[in-house]
Amino acid sequence: MQLSRDALLKAYRQMKTIRAFENRLHDEIALGEIAGFTHLYAGQEACAVGVCEHLGPKDYIISTHRGHGHCIAKGCDVVDMMKELYGSREGLCKGRGGSMHIADVNVGMLGANGIVGAGAPIAVGAGISAKATGHVSIAFSGDGACNQGTTFEAMNMAVVLKVPVIFVYENNHYSEHTGVDYAVGADSILDRAGAFGMKTFRADGTDFFAVYETMREVIEYCRTTKLPAAVELDTERYFGHFEGDPQRYRGPGELDRIREERDCLKTFREKVTEAKLLDGADIDAVDAEVEALIDRAVAEAKAAEKPKPEHVLEDVYISY
Amino acid sequence: MAIKMIREAILETIDAEMARDESVIMLGEDIVGGNGAPGGPEAIGGIWSTSTGLWAKYGPDRVIDTPISESAIIGAASGAALTGKRAIAEIMFADFIGVCMDQIWNQVAKFRYMFGGKSTCPIVIRMVYGAGFNAAAQHSQSIHAMVTAMPGLKVVMPSTPADAKGLLTQAIRDDDPVIFLEHKALYAVKGDVPDGEYLIPFGHARHVTQGDDITLLATGMMVGFAEKAAKQLAEDGIGCDIIDLRTTSPLDEEAILDSVERTGRLLIVDESPPRCSLATDLSAIVANKAFASLRAPIEMVTAPHTPVPFARELESAYLPSPDKIVTAATRLMSYKRG
Ligand SMILES: Cc1ncc(C[n+]2csc(CCOP(=O)(O)OP(=O)(O)O)c2C)c(N)n1
Ligand SMILES: [Mg+2]
Repeated sequence: MQLSRDALLKAYRQMKTIRAFENRLHDEIALGEIAGFTHLYAGQEACAVGVCEHLGPKDYIISTHRGHGHCIAKGCDVVDMMKELYGSREGLCKGRGGSMHIADVNVGMLGANGIVGAGAPIAVGAGISAKATGHVSIAFSGDGACNQGTTFEAMNMAVVLKVPVIFVYENNHYSEHTGVDYAVGADSILDRAGAFGMKTFRADGTDFFAVYETMREVIEYCRTTKLPAAVELDTERYFGHFEGDPQRYRGPGELDRIREERDCLKTFREKVTEAKLLDGADIDAVDAEVEALIDRAVAEAKAAEKPKPEHVLEDVYISY
Repeated sequence: MAIKMIREAILETIDAEMARDESVIMLGEDIVGGNGAPGGPEAIGGIWSTSTGLWAKYGPDRVIDTPISESAIIGAASGAALTGKRAIAEIMFADFIGVCMDQIWNQVAKFRYMFGGKSTCPIVIRMVYGAGFNAAAQHSQSIHAMVTAMPGLKVVMPSTPADAKGLLTQAIRDDDPVIFLEHKALYAVKGDVPDGEYLIPFGHARHVTQGDDITLLATGMMVGFAEKAAKQLAEDGIGCDIIDLRTTSPLDEEAILDSVERTGRLLIVDESPPRCSLATDLSAIVANKAFASLRAPIEMVTAPHTPVPFARELESAYLPSPDKIVTAATRLMSYKRG
């Protein structure tokens, strides 16, 4: 089905926002502006956006340590996200969560997560809620997270309980510094998912249209059958595992190659301009708009109020 | 003697023990770094640089890079240890103990007791803990209280390079399961490390400074904080007897009680939240066994009863600090019985 001009522009804007957000963070972190451990999502934008463009506020997603892209794609406020990363009281999580716990439950984003493999079981529970209202729940996981026992338990339970959870595995070929072929014993992640008794799907995670069209089918399947499914998206991570990673595990020229040949933004631009769905000027305009948004986000984040010592005690409980 | 960082002392100790005893193996995530990747094994060599070069030296049968599977890491290490190996398992961040808790708590800690004393499980579980990097709620915690509470585990918290060597050598040779806690903010701390074989038996605290007014108990990163505070307090003529516990299980009660009997005042510095903590445990022991010596209520400087927050300002508010120790010490000294 052909996407409308507005839908195309929105999808591109989302991907570009993620890219610009992450590129900017990369620079700000190098300047020492941002504290903590940050894992950037640049390179994988087509995955988050290709999935989340099908979702509404009542569908749930849960993310990983590499969570900024999922947040933006699900509709978290970009300025508030930036404020969070700058540790501001005005941030999305009041400066208490930071990159690894960035979340906005109000838009159905159940959090980035510092514990690899923690997301999938929680997504099963969100799937129980989603099932009752005809929605779905998405567990984003990496190729490394899929080796965690929690992920296996979640997949089996989703099948047993018949819950519309979609296990989206973003295979960027590395868990930290270890290659996927070393750490995943089976021929593929989907072989394992399939063996739990769910339908499996695969797409090129650097091509928005591939992800989007596959996810249309997957989500329709899960919404109608109320059953789980698994999707593997083959993708690339552009920066280090965390900021500061020397990336010596990569092959010669690998980073240049993936940036040249496997860039979801470039691929999108080529496809839509060749098909004359959008022209270059449309895309350039979005680029400019997004860069301005990120500039504003950083400026506001730098000026935003910092927490005070007494704020450490807030929100541990509702009442105590 | 040579000056080394704690991380170097740890790497060299593991290396020396692997060279000395073929039964020593090591397991963990990314401890080789680069397996299955174009850069190849040892491309990175462990994110903490505490395993660099070991794979090349001892091979993949003894230096075992694992998938992200903490339960299976501890299970595999303990299974190997039950059957003749000495296993060192690395948990990259101590917070991940949540994932492998059953293997540690219900399995490793209890084998020998449950099996009628017929088994030995010489496993060292190295875990990287502590705050100070704004790494937030799931990568900053101090978990010593919960493991100290588990019968069957020994718990070690080195604060200097020399202690790291002496205590880790002991841990690897010890026939009981040991939790070896490495503070991430101390890895680069430098100090003299004895050459050659060096063992520190468990249950022997280190007397850091001598003083007659206040007994200051600390572990890990808190030891350095206590030393800083003590320097400031010394300017006001307050003498601190700083004791680095080194191991929280077994605990050197004698060193603690001897000191409190002399000073009459106790201040405990603990990086974790205050409830059911090392701080409350130590104060209960002292209240029970040295009550008559106490000239003032026991003071505790701890984290608050909250998770570890992210923002710089919040993490500073969360952590104990030399200033907070000085404030508590001043309160302790000015206490008058009503
Ligand atoms: C339980 C747990 N174990 C280990 C880690 C450390 N860690 C953080 S990310 C990561 C690799 C995750 O790889 P993958 O799932 O492929 O996600 P990617 O980083 O590629 O996005 C590891 C080992 C963690 N955060 N939690
Ligand atoms: Mg990965």
